[in-house]
Amino acid sequence: MPQVFIPSQLTSYTDGASRLAAQGGSIAQVLDDLDRRYPGLKFRVVDEQDRIRRHMRIFKNGDRAQDIGLAVSDADEVLIFGALSGG
Amino acid sequence: MSTAVQLLIGTRKGAWIYRSDAARKTWAVQGPIFLGHIVNHLVLDPRDGKTLLMAASTGHLGPTIFRSADEGQTWTEAERPPAFPKVEGDGAARSVDHSFWLEPGHSSEPGVWWAGTSPPGLFRSADGGATWDSVAGFNDHPMYWNWCPADGGTPDGALLNQIQIDPRDARHMYLATSTGGVFESLDQAATWKPLNQGVEANFFPDPYPEYGQDAHYIALAPTMPDRIWQQNHCGIYRLDRPAERWDRIGMAMPPEIGDIGFTIVPHPRQADTAWVFPMDGTEVWPRTSPGGKPAVYRTSDGGKSWRRQDAGFPTEQGWFTVKRQAFCADAGDPVGLYLGATNGEVWMSDDEGAGWRPIARHLPEIYSVVAAPL
Repeated sequence: MPQVFIPSQLTSYTDGASRLAAQGGSIAQVLDDLDRRYPGLKFRVVDEQDRIRRHMRIFKNGDRAQDIGLAVSDADEVLIFGALSGG
Repeated sequence: MSTAVQLLIGTRKGAWIYRSDAARKTWAVQGPIFLGHIVNHLVLDPRDGKTLLMAASTGHLGPTIFRSADEGQTWTEAERPPAFPKVEGDGAARSVDHSFWLEPGHSSEPGVWWAGTSPPGLFRSADGGATWDSVAGFNDHPMYWNWCPADGGTPDGALLNQIQIDPRDARHMYLATSTGGVFESLDQAATWKPLNQGVEANFFPDPYPEYGQDAHYIALAPTMPDRIWQQNHCGIYRLDRPAERWDRIGMAMPPEIGDIGFTIVPHPRQADTAWVFPMDGTEVWPRTSPGGKPAVYRTSDGGKSWRRQDAGFPTEQGWFTVKRQAFCADAGDPVGLYLGATNGEVWMSDDEGAGWRPIARHLPEIYSVVAAPL
């Protein structure tokens, strides 16, 4: 399963865990799996139009994902970050 | 007779609850609650006297609603927060940036809540705030993009900033927006029509359009719900239904103060009495207390005249602002008034505005203050 990095902004959902394994062949499916296990998490990261929120960033390994449809494999790491959002 | 009050305070960095003694002289503090979260509104359900709903987001995370049934000790997140329908293809895809206003439903409808959002959206919950549905009667109205143009709005985005329900009729509703003005529904949000006659919008070539006004705040007079008070971007107004033309009662304000502000507070029992907190709307619109001298103004005759009430406020170099949801009254006798300022202070008056004192300092920028029985 892809490994997922959870930022501090979301660890209240994951019982404090910052690294998790999640099922899915795309970032969307990974987020869906996380949301099943930690209800509410996905909507804090992705809006109702499936767009990554303005101050969130998602990377597949070292590359920034622009779309949650991006495919991932078991060998990939998905990193979620809270980006700069002002004071 | 005064009674104990709780103040539900939403700030840019979390929420606080201040609880008074029976005399409203001393206050116990609970908080911060959700430190760092942007809390636009924190509201007690008057139908059960215990359920709290909070409209929250953060600088990074998307918007949600938190609920508490134990006076704010523990919170549960909404299972399905307000969200617009998913749009497939090339349609205009809206997403809720933040919920701004939470309105308990009519007293005959326990569990029903309404929410107003940015960008402007109307949402309804029938299960105490656990799940929310988009209200198509407004959000998908054929005139929506005229009433709520995508390029309009406040620095924090265009708002559906108030929802008011006629206490005599659950079907009769009003809402206020920052881009279209006031709207009325007679069929519980199924259909809407603008209600802006006589209200200025001096930022358009036609300064009295059918819609397009910036209604900062509307409030029904509790004992005369046919009376609507409005603090608009362009003045203070009153409308006594069934009339449809607003009267600009702010013209009776002192010219050197003007009638610009964010909010207006009706008296809980006297239908001719209301308070405003004017701000400087001259030149580049500082939106601060005029002249650096904070004051509320009270009318006791329906807006024919206004009296300054500033005892206790700074007499110079006081530049704070009071935002839309940050001025309120309790139901005591005499009425207690509470205002939360952008500088993190909460001021109160326990004598209907005659004298003011700070009861909180150094909080984050205050977005909302709601007074509720304790």
